[in-house]
Amino acid sequence: MTDSATTIQPASGPASLAERRHANRARRLSKSLIALALVVPAAVMYAVFVLRPLGLTIQYSFYDWNGIGASTWVGLKNYAALFDNPVLWGSLLHSFILIVFFCLIPVILGLFTANTIRGFSTSRLALVSRTVLFIPQIIPLVAAGIMWSWLLTSKGFVNQVLTAVGLGGITRAWLGDFDLALPTMGLIGAWVLFGLCMLLLLAGMSKIDPALYEAARIDGATAWKEFWSITLPSLKQEIGVCVTVTVVAALASFDIVYISTRGGPGNSTMVPGMQIYYLAFFERELGLASALAVALVIVVLAIILPVQRATKEDKD
Amino acid sequence: MLKTTTNHRRLVTLATAGIGAVLLMSACSAPGTSDTKTTDPGNSTSGATSTAASGTPSCGTEPVTLKAYIETGFPMTGLLFDEFEDQFPNVTVDVREDQFAVITQNAPRILADDPPDIMRLPQMSELASEGLLMDLDGYAADFGWDQWPASQLEQLRVAEDGTRGTGPLYGMGLNFSMTGVFYNKDHAATIGMTEAPKTLAEFDELLAKAKDAGITPIMQFNGGATGGFAFPLQNLMASYGDVGPINDWIYLKPGASINTESNLKAAEHMQGWVESGYFTEDANSLDYPMVMSRFLGGDGLFTFTGDWESGNFDTNMAGKVGFFLFPPAEAGGKYGAMSAPLTYGVSAYAENPDCAAFFFDWVATNDEARTIAVQSGGSHPMGPADAFMPEVDPGTTTGETLTAGAQIVADNGAMDFIANATGAIYAQSWTPNLQKLMAGEQTAAGLLESVQADYEQQIAG
Repeated sequence: MTDSATTIQPASGPASLAERRHANRARRLSKSLIALALVVPAAVMYAVFVLRPLGLTIQYSFYDWNGIGASTWVGLKNYAALFDNPVLWGSLLHSFILIVFFCLIPVILGLFTANTIRGFSTSRLALVSRTVLFIPQIIPLVAAGIMWSWLLTSKGFVNQVLTAVGLGGITRAWLGDFDLALPTMGLIGAWVLFGLCMLLLLAGMSKIDPALYEAARIDGATAWKEFWSITLPSLKQEIGVCVTVTVVAALASFDIVYISTRGGPGNSTMVPGMQIYYLAFFERELGLASALAVALVIVVLAIILPVQRATKEDKD
Repeated sequence: MLKTTTNHRRLVTLATAGIGAVLLMSACSAPGTSDTKTTDPGNSTSGATSTAASGTPSCGTEPVTLKAYIETGFPMTGLLFDEFEDQFPNVTVDVREDQFAVITQNAPRILADDPPDIMRLPQMSELASEGLLMDLDGYAADFGWDQWPASQLEQLRVAEDGTRGTGPLYGMGLNFSMTGVFYNKDHAATIGMTEAPKTLAEFDELLAKAKDAGITPIMQFNGGATGGFAFPLQNLMASYGDVGPINDWIYLKPGASINTESNLKAAEHMQGWVESGYFTEDANSLDYPMVMSRFLGGDGLFTFTGDWESGNFDTNMAGKVGFFLFPPAEAGGKYGAMSAPLTYGVSAYAENPDCAAFFFDWVATNDEARTIAVQSGGSHPMGPADAFMPEVDPGTTTGETLTAGAQIVADNGAMDFIANATGAIYAQSWTPNLQKLMAGEQTAAGLLESVQADYEQQIAG
């Protein structure tokens, strides 16, 4: 026993180094195998349910296909058709207008509300106001759309309130008015997205070092100056997230439009999402619908990527 | 730092390769070329000959399950299935329901991949041309449907080039609906209306009287994706002109145009109504349920809709709602009305087409079934002109619409709905243009030009 032990011992010196290296490699290998095994299911799902549909959409956009019969390769003809059709173009313009309502209003209002709530963040009132303002976010968009379309009818609650405060002159069927249907729908979106932005920004504010504010106050900074020089720059990333989420919501909007106006009256609230739906399921132009979808993805990326870059610069 | 960069780079390479592979995979074949169906779609000629030996097609005596895909919210179809199961105990109907919009959207996929024996059909030209619907002409011969008034089945025929009105029979109605003008009898009494208007001028006079009396002359929906002004517009078209050219346009006959002289008069007439304030100011924001609830609540003298509401009126406004067909422009002229079969069809891949066809025939010829069609559906049953009719009190709304139906048959004045010409013409063209007309942003001539342009583009595309 001891004999064998002693014989092994001296030999173990150089061998152990190689062995250890080998064992290390094996451990590293098994580690990455485990990692791979953990990633594969998600990756497969991602490939099948995200990448494949994306690939298919791109592929369909080069065909003339009604979704049933044989298809014809048409190259870039569907994309050319997008530029030719003013209704398709108009729908894209509408979604840009929606950015003002879905993004600017919620983010700006969210910033000021969050800043206000931060002022009394420990009180009960903060909890209540946080909850109340976040509620629209947890209501399904479809329910919100139905609710608002009833509130906004000619005899609905909104007009009743306006009449009660002496503004009876401006009452109208808000979602049936050619000029005001789109802004009205934008306000429904703002109402929904405001809570999300407010909560994200509030969470961001709670991470800011209070010492910064103390130092500023000692230096005699006003509340406005504090907000402008400390709060706002520290929230760069959160604002980036808010802008990204809301801009995507504006450009890819569908649910609220589908429920409240279906693009009407007279196409005045038509958005690309609605148009894709009509093209694919009513006109059965899957090629053109796919081309519009691809174009929409490109527009979204063209707007989102610079936003991402601008709000992440500092970290690198 | 370096390591993370290489890792990052490797990840990017991997991801790119992955996306590339996926794209490549999907790019293998053009869409729509891989046909998973191994069996040829059946057609009635084979179906009919196989059963011809053993008499007319039937559901047999062995247990059979009919797969049905129907529209939700219409109790009549369910009642018919129940009665059918009672009379033929070997038959079980497996029912799946969806909203009509959902059916429209999924029709091709359902017909091909999950073929129902009986299915509620949306606009059917494309479904028929793509070979997804069973040709029912063989059954029509077996059951004698070809002896019925031809106008009943005309809308269900699709020719090879996708035009409708002629060609093989690809669908069957469970009944056929009738549209016209419903009126509130209390308001009618207020303005001194004692009988249905005989001419367009008389109708206009009633509108003016109602307006003066502070009653909404026409309660009509025109919001969302459903431009309900298409109802009065088409009635006006049939008042000024013949129904023939309107049907040709709906059936996609070559060279057909909606932009005709008489239709322009009709559109201008309706624009006059808009300018006179005969519709509610908020019509562009009203959807169908909102309008029905207002009319049931007593708001509005007239509303343009169909006899599918007769039962509703008889229940919720018993004795208070009357019906008349929209009058012709000149006294003694012919009456026209939108009247369409409640269309059902059989998938080309259906497992029990014989039993489905037998069901259709039963619905049209069985006394119980015809009673259900009238009492629950409120509409006229399909079938021979001299077939059994359940007794209906002529004073009810249902009674009035059924009587009107006879007038349309006599004048051969049935039209399909202008919204049914193509799959997208309603949502994409009629609705936005009618909404613009209501808002004063479109002229009568512009409306017809614009719809005709969209029509031609949709047919070409």
